Amino acid sequence: MSMPSGSVPSASQGSVIAPRDAPADRPADAPNITAPDDVLRVDGLHVRVGELELLSDVDLTVRRGERVGLIGESGSGKSLTALSIMGLLAESLVPSGSIAVTGQDGRHTQVVGAAESDLAALRGRDVTMIFQEPMTALNPTMRVGAQVAEVMRIHRTVPDRHTAAARAVELLDRVGLPDPAEAARAYPHQLSGGQRQRVVVAMALANDPALLICDEPTTALDVTVQALVLDLIVRGVEARNAGMLFITHDLAVVASVCERVLVMYGGRVVEAGDVQQVFTRPRHRYTRGLIGASDLDLTRDDGRLYTIQGSVPSAGRFPHGCVFRNRCIHATIECESLPRWEGTGPEDGFACWHPVRVHDSQGVDAS
Amino acid sequence: MTSPSWRGPSWRRGAGTSSGFSRLATGLLPAGAHRSRAAVSATIAVGGGIVGLIVAVGLLSLVWTPYDPGAIDPTSRLQISSGAHWLGTDKFGRDVLSLIMAGSRTTLVVGVVAVGVAAIVGVPLGILSAMVPKWWGEVIMRANDLLLAFPALLLAIMLTAVQGQGVVTAMIAIGIASIPSFARVVRSGAIGVMKTEYVLAARAAGRRPWAIALRHVLPNVMNLVIVQASVSFAIAVLAEAALSYLGLGAPPGTASWGRMLQEGQELLFVAPRLEVFPGVAIALAVLGFNLLGDGLRDRYDPRLRDGR
Repeated sequence: MSMPSGSVPSASQGSVIAPRDAPADRPADAPNITAPDDVLRVDGLHVRVGELELLSDVDLTVRRGERVGLIGESGSGKSLTALSIMGLLAESLVPSGSIAVTGQDGRHTQVVGAAESDLAALRGRDVTMIFQEPMTALNPTMRVGAQVAEVMRIHRTVPDRHTAAARAVELLDRVGLPDPAEAARAYPHQLSGGQRQRVVVAMALANDPALLICDEPTTALDVTVQALVLDLIVRGVEARNAGMLFITHDLAVVASVCERVLVMYGGRVVEAGDVQQVFTRPRHRYTRGLIGASDLDLTRDDGRLYTIQGSVPSAGRFPHGCVFRNRCIHATIECESLPRWEGTGPEDGFACWHPVRVHDSQGVDAS
Repeated sequence: MTSPSWRGPSWRRGAGTSSGFSRLATGLLPAGAHRSRAAVSATIAVGGGIVGLIVAVGLLSLVWTPYDPGAIDPTSRLQISSGAHWLGTDKFGRDVLSLIMAGSRTTLVVGVVAVGVAAIVGVPLGILSAMVPKWWGEVIMRANDLLLAFPALLLAIMLTAVQGQGVVTAMIAIGIASIPSFARVVRSGAIGVMKTEYVLAARAAGRRPWAIALRHVLPNVMNLVIVQASVSFAIAVLAEAALSYLGLGAPPGTASWGRMLQEGQELLFVAPRLEVFPGVAIALAVLGFNLLGDGLRDRYDPRLRDGR
């Protein structure tokens, strides 16, 4: 699946395409310059390990106050994208391309190739992250209050230890933990999964980040708790006018939380667009399959649920050309070459040789 | 002391816990594949009890022993057990009970310092090797293996040649020889901790590596360190006795169980109790620390929790 970078779809190449009200004093087509309200701009991100290409030409923008979803099956490169943005890739993984982050104070950081000290200043302050597993995301040997206080002490966003401790209790209160002073003294094992995830949310919001990355933040929680935690995250992000990148394979969650969505498969963005549009009128065959598979009311003629045939290949086993073609019932010989990106820009479009047309959007691909 | 073919105690089957001295160590419990929770608790209780007893005796000997352990009394040499001398006297007329009580101090001090030296060097080394790039970690561990392969007795003889005979020399030699086991155990634990989400979260929060090592990795490998300390202590007790027996440890005049064995050796057939009593003391101490270490390991080492 290793592609020469020259063959990337031209429409997705790094120029400011987004048709929105840009300030007049900004050059309209200056490449790789972050727009004033962009908190994250990823341009042509590739991640390689040796000869293997794990991420190919990922373009992604998150603006201030905007909530963007990143969906796809496990192994499609979502978490890798998140770790790249944090600059937390393992040593053996080599990123290339551009990841520009703008902090709350307007400071720009280019993550790819940044020094570790610059990244440390970025992480936890400009960009924070909520992980999937609340059971393991907290240090079992530290009181949770101390852990919340720690993230503020690291970046000196509070003047001293006492202020940090007081603010930690305040944050725990804000995320809805009953008796926050007591909770601050608790160890993680004394809290329930939902409470722990609330602590994680408090830690992620403690420094008023410009961008919050959520990697499946509610997957490990009970459904009853999920909605509460989601609401908490969304309110926290809204209050700070922060951008949010929301990674999940739960389409219903994306539909309720995000405004825009990107669909990833095989380390590529295969479709992007407005949530409403992508979910009601998917164009890429993979997106269509995902939506069909997640709709439990929809059954095939034989009464069984729709599925996408086969399973996600392991990294490096994706076919060349269209990465989805070995699982796609519409694949033809044409799909052996890389489909062009069709659409108005990286924020709205798809890459498929045989897109779902409007007239057959009523049914679902039988597979 | 023990035949080399003897199957080692359970901790020797764990990865990398054997040190040079452990080859001298006697395994006292043929540990079963699985022990129930109650059995583990009993092991800890018995081991802890023995260790507590030895510590209590050592503390008591600071303020009171039946006789001055160093007092030579030619008129009462080689007496058998009696009301005046519960465990009899040795060839110089010294009270054996007093000597054993005072000897426990030497044992404990050597053990504490040796384990301390090993932990202070070994634990940071283990954490470091888990956090630096893989290649450097391997370099550290191969150097560690080199130290592991170096005969501990030879190390003690070398140090004695440089420093002269003494308890301090013995402590340093035992301590150095115990470093590799700490480094290995901590490395394996730290590698596991480094893969956890809370370390990833700490990195995502902008924590610098040294702070992650101190605040996240170290507290979470402490259980392994405590278990290893207990096991190493048993080895150190035996090693101290062995070194003193060979004349490489406690100098003449210092009460030490190993010295007592050596001094009573020539009278083995005349007064076997001069070998038996310190021998029992050594065996008891090793048993106590081994039981404690075994029990703590069975309780806290997740690798041994289900299946081996």
